[in-house]
Amino acid sequence: MDFGSINPVLLLASLMVAATPILLAALGELVVERAGVLNLGVEGMMIIGAICGFAVAVNTGSPVLGFVAAAGGGALLSLLFALLTQFALANQVASGLALTLFGLGLSALLGQGYVGIKPPPVGKLDIPLLGDIPVLGPILFSHDLMVYFGLGLVLAIWAMLKYTRAGLVLRAVGENHDAAHALGYKVVRIRVLAILFGGACAGLGGAYISLIRVPQWTEGMTAGAGWIALALVVFASWKAGRVLLGAWIFGGVTVLQLNLQAAGIAIPVEYLSMSPYLITILVLVIMSADRSRAPASLGRIFHASQ
Amino acid sequence: MNLTKLLATAAVALGLATTAMAQDKTKVGFIYVGPIGDGGWTYEHNKGRLAVEAHFGDKVETVYQESVPEGADAERAITQMALQGADLIFTTSFGYMEPTLAVAGKFPNVKFEHATGFKTAPNLATYSARFYEGRAVQGHIAGKMTKSNIVGYIASFPIPEVIRGINSAYIHAKKVNPDVEFKIIWAYTWFDPAKEADAATALIEQGADVILQHTDSTAPQAAAEKADNVITFGQASDMGEYAPMPRVSSIIDNWAPYYIARTQAVMDDTWESVQTWDGIGAGMVGIGEISSAVPEAIKAEALALKAALADGSDHPFTGPLKKQDGSDWLGDGETADDGTLLGMNFYVEGITGDIPN
Repeated sequence: MDFGSINPVLLLASLMVAATPILLAALGELVVERAGVLNLGVEGMMIIGAICGFAVAVNTGSPVLGFVAAAGGGALLSLLFALLTQFALANQVASGLALTLFGLGLSALLGQGYVGIKPPPVGKLDIPLLGDIPVLGPILFSHDLMVYFGLGLVLAIWAMLKYTRAGLVLRAVGENHDAAHALGYKVVRIRVLAILFGGACAGLGGAYISLIRVPQWTEGMTAGAGWIALALVVFASWKAGRVLLGAWIFGGVTVLQLNLQAAGIAIPVEYLSMSPYLITILVLVIMSADRSRAPASLGRIFHASQ
Repeated sequence: MNLTKLLATAAVALGLATTAMAQDKTKVGFIYVGPIGDGGWTYEHNKGRLAVEAHFGDKVETVYQESVPEGADAERAITQMALQGADLIFTTSFGYMEPTLAVAGKFPNVKFEHATGFKTAPNLATYSARFYEGRAVQGHIAGKMTKSNIVGYIASFPIPEVIRGINSAYIHAKKVNPDVEFKIIWAYTWFDPAKEADAATALIEQGADVILQHTDSTAPQAAAEKADNVITFGQASDMGEYAPMPRVSSIIDNWAPYYIARTQAVMDDTWESVQTWDGIGAGMVGIGEISSAVPEAIKAEALALKAALADGSDHPFTGPLKKQDGSDWLGDGETADDGTLLGMNFYVEGITGDIPN
C-alpha cells in the first residue's frame, strides 16, 4: 500500500478533464428537461458529435472548427428528435431511445475512414502568471479551453434559469405547457430550441472525448457517458450547480479509483469499479432530500388543440 | 420444457431447411465482442473473416455481429446466427463460453468454435493463441527500457489468459531488471477508450514509463503519446500508426490461416472438435516490428528470445519459479504444463496486489 505515489495535484487536474464530457452533455439535457422534454438520445448525440468533431478537425486541422462542427452535428441529430416529438407527437421515450441507436449506427458509418488517425492536438491554455501558482496553478489554470467553457456554461445556465425572463418562460413551458400556451408563449418553438441546445451540448461533450480526452476515433467510444449524463440530471434535481458537483464527484472518483488500484490499495477492485456510480448517486440523493422535483410537464406531449 | 424442446426442434428443422437450400454455400458466422473498427482484438478477427471470404470466394458466405455483450445476451445473438443457417460459428471472446456451450447443445448440426475458452462439446471446438509468448518478448523489452523501473499494466478481466500475460511479462522483465515493479489496473472492460485512456494516465502519473495493455482500443497509446517518453506495445493488432513512439512493438493475432483451415474442414466434412493452442512458432502470434526507439542491442535480444520461443528451445514459464505466496511452483529447468497455464489463477512471486475474484 502506497498512498504516497498518488499526487493529489495531478489527481485534481485529471478530475476536471474526466468530468467535462458528462458535464457538457448533462447541462444540455438539463435545459431540455427544464423545458419539459425528455430526450433519452444523449448517447447518440454525443457519439455523433464525437465523429463530426473528429472528422472536421482532422480535415481542416483546426480543433476549434471541430468543436463547432460537433455542436452542429449534435444539434442536427436532435432536430430529428424535435421533428418526431414536437410535430409528429411521437412518444419521447421511444424516440429518444431510437435516436441513441441511430446515432451509434450512423457514427460507425461516418467514422469508417477515420479509424487509427490522430487528430490535431488541442493546445492547453497555459495562463502565464496564474498557471505558475503552486498547487492551484496546475489544478485550475492549466487546462484546455473546453474545461473553462463547461464551467462558464454552468454559470450561464444557472443565471439564465434563475434571473432572466427567458429562463422563466422556459421553466413555465416545462412546468405547465397548457398554461404557458394560454399565456401566448410558443411552446413548440421554445421546446425545439431547447432540444437543439441540448443536442449541441451533447455534441460538444462527445467531441471532448474524441478530440481531447482519448484522443482518437473508435466506434462506440462514448461507452455509456450519455446515460451517465442523463442520470446525473435526475439525481442533481435539475439544478445546474448540482450537475457540476455530480460530474466532479463522478469524474473524481473514476480517476481516484484507478489511482488507488495502481497504488495497490487493498480494497477489492469490484468495489472500486462501482464506487463512482455509488458515491455520485448517494451524494446527490442525499442532497435532493429537499423539495426539488421534476418539471411537471416532463415527457408529456403537447398539442395546442388540447 | 416442452415448449423449449418444440422451439428447439423447430429451430433445428428451420436451420436444416435453410442449409439445404443454400447447400452450395458454406455460411460462416462470427460473434464479436467489440466493434470491427476497434483497431485491436475484434479488428484482427474481422481480418480473419475477410481472409476467409477472399480465399473461398463464392463458395462461402460470412455473417458477423459486432459489440455483442458477454453473458446472457450473447446466447440470443448466437442462437439467432444458428437460426439464420450458419454452418460454422466462431464466438471470439472468453465470456461467450457458457452461451456458446448452451447454443451448441441445441444445434447439434452446427459447428461452433469458441476462442480462448476451455469447454468443449462434440460440435464445439476451442482455439486460442499463446499470447503469453508475445508477452515474454514485451516483458524483456519493458524491463530493459524502463528508467523509473515502474511498468504499468492495464488488465481487463481476471481470467487465466490475462493473468498468464501479466505473469509472463513480469517474469521476463524481472529477469533483465531485478528492480522492476508492476502496477496493475483492472479496467473490467475489453473496450472502453475513455476508461483505458484514464487508466493509462493514472499509471503514468504514478511514474510508469512503460504501459502494457490487455484491452482492445488504441486509447492507451494516445495517452502515452501525450505524456512523452512513455513506451507502449500494440495489443492484438499492430497499432503501427503509433510507431515508432510510443508503440515500440506489438503482439499481432493472426487468425486467418486457422479460420480458412476450419472452414475448409467443414466443407470437406472433416471437422472435428479440437482444442487448438498455437503460438509464435505456428504463426498464430506475431511480434510487430520493433521500432527505432529501441536500441539495436535490446532489439537483437528480443528477436533472439522470439526465435527461441518459436522453435521451442525456450518456454516463457521455465523454473525455478515461485508463486506469489512464496510456495514452490516450478523446479529448476521445469516448464509449466498446459493444464496449469489454462487455469492460471495466481501471480508469480514478486508481483504485489491481489487478483480480484
